[in-house]
Amino acid sequence: MNIGAQFWMAAVTCFAAIFTNNILLSYFLGMCSFVSVSREVKTAFGLGCAVVFVMTLTVALDWLAYRYILIPLELEFFRFILFIIIIAAFVQFVEMVIDRYSPKLYYALGIFLPLITVNCAILGASLFMVIREYTFIVAIGYGLGSGLGWLLAIMAMAGIRQRMGQARVPAGLQGPGITLIIAGLMALAFIGFTGVLG
Amino acid sequence: MFAVLLSVLIVSSVSAGLALVLVTAERFVSNYGECTITINEDKKLTVQGGKNVLAALTEAKLFIPSACGGRGTCGYCKVKATEGAGPVLPTETPFLTPEELQDNVRLSCQIKIRNDLKIEIPEELLAVREYESVCTEITDLTYDMKLFRFELHDPPTIEFVPGQYVQLLCPRYKGNREEVYRAYSIASDPVDNKVMDLIIRRVPDGICTTWCFEYLKAGDTVRFNGPYGEFRLSRTEAPMIWVAGASGMAPFVSLLHQMKNEHITRPTAYFFGGNKVKDMFYIDHMKQFEAELENFRFVPVVAAPDEGERWQGERGLVTEALQRASADLGGHEGYLCGSPGMIDAAIKVMKQLGVTEERIFYDKFA
Repeated sequence: MNIGAQFWMAAVTCFAAIFTNNILLSYFLGMCSFVSVSREVKTAFGLGCAVVFVMTLTVALDWLAYRYILIPLELEFFRFILFIIIIAAFVQFVEMVIDRYSPKLYYALGIFLPLITVNCAILGASLFMVIREYTFIVAIGYGLGSGLGWLLAIMAMAGIRQRMGQARVPAGLQGPGITLIIAGLMALAFIGFTGVLG
Repeated sequence: MFAVLLSVLIVSSVSAGLALVLVTAERFVSNYGECTITINEDKKLTVQGGKNVLAALTEAKLFIPSACGGRGTCGYCKVKATEGAGPVLPTETPFLTPEELQDNVRLSCQIKIRNDLKIEIPEELLAVREYESVCTEITDLTYDMKLFRFELHDPPTIEFVPGQYVQLLCPRYKGNREEVYRAYSIASDPVDNKVMDLIIRRVPDGICTTWCFEYLKAGDTVRFNGPYGEFRLSRTEAPMIWVAGASGMAPFVSLLHQMKNEHITRPTAYFFGGNKVKDMFYIDHMKQFEAELENFRFVPVVAAPDEGERWQGERGLVTEALQRASADLGGHEGYLCGSPGMIDAAIKVMKQLGVTEERIFYDKFA
């Protein structure tokens, strides 16, 4: 595949990862932070951006590690552990940088920034990228799209939950209960995108 | 076998490489270098960046009041940050009024030093000192309260306004891994300035009170700093209503000494509440003050005396006793010290009885 075709492919993959194969609403990955940090649009946006950033770059790093360390050594089965280590170290690094340059964002995200380490959507994106045998450029497009898809989903959820502030939710369903039901409805709505890319 | 060794080797070396990157990053990204804090446009303080302003000031022996020890929960450590403090954090906003926000007031424990700063602190706080003392006497007051007497060594005397408090340094001990400061009101006679008394009530699992009750022995060296606080007698002639519970007794003992020393004869009714008869203490002391101060009246109130216990004083909540005793408190001043719940309830009752808000002074245990 030439470079131009790869970029086109990357754009298509990115679009698909946002809408038709949304990592959250189609694969239900990264649910825990999705449920717990979606109370406010502002915080959700901050966390979403962190996920976009971390996901895009970890997919790229993981791709390089997979291609140039694991494949030559025939240790492909080791990718789970290696990917996790890379993600953990990278999140730690991002945390340091945010603390230094954007304390406000740092405090808004609080304990959830380290939680990105164990956000299964991040690991999921890296593993999907391996299974689907993407090239480097396409993989980056995929990572970016998955992150943006996650951001879109959590922003939509936070918007809905803010509006629900006035709604009378039955006591037993308040909090995570109603959030999961809404997530289910949103997932149904996203099925509507199926077939967009033929 | 070879695969196993190889994979261990790969994972180890990748982890080591990443660890190296992180250590280097920490060195460069988290290194804020030396920063200068200018205090009141005058005093300059050079500190290593990265820590918070409260910690840096404490290290430089400048003591800003803080009851929680820098966790951002008491809201006492306010300073005016005129330059370089960065945006107000969500952890601070609950403690700051709109006027304070306008005025650049911040919680010093929440400002991380990232660059040069300019701050303003009240001059009287610059007079706050650190003291070294020896605990000379520990007396049981009730089953969960003790009186601690400290003899001052360095400096040998303490000047304070009755009603003020000090911060006791609780050292590391088994189960407590870091030094913390906790605030306690002074309960002694200001004239007798070579010693200081504190009345401390045991808090279940409290870091400092556990230390005081289980580890502190007579003869031990204890460090504290102070005095702090705006809780004090006003310079008016208005009659006063005092309300306290448990160790809230402490500042009032000091105030009573002051009234005796300065021959203050303002009419004063002191309502002291406890849950059971066993919670009451210092009744005799108070009787003594009643005899010596002509317009002072002590009203002990027990909420729920046990069956068969002899209790001749008032019964019920301290606020109920206050309502029963007084129909109209217009023109009075209210002084309160105790748990936040008790204070809030007492303020409500006092307002109903006609005490205006600016005439109610209190010291809330945070």
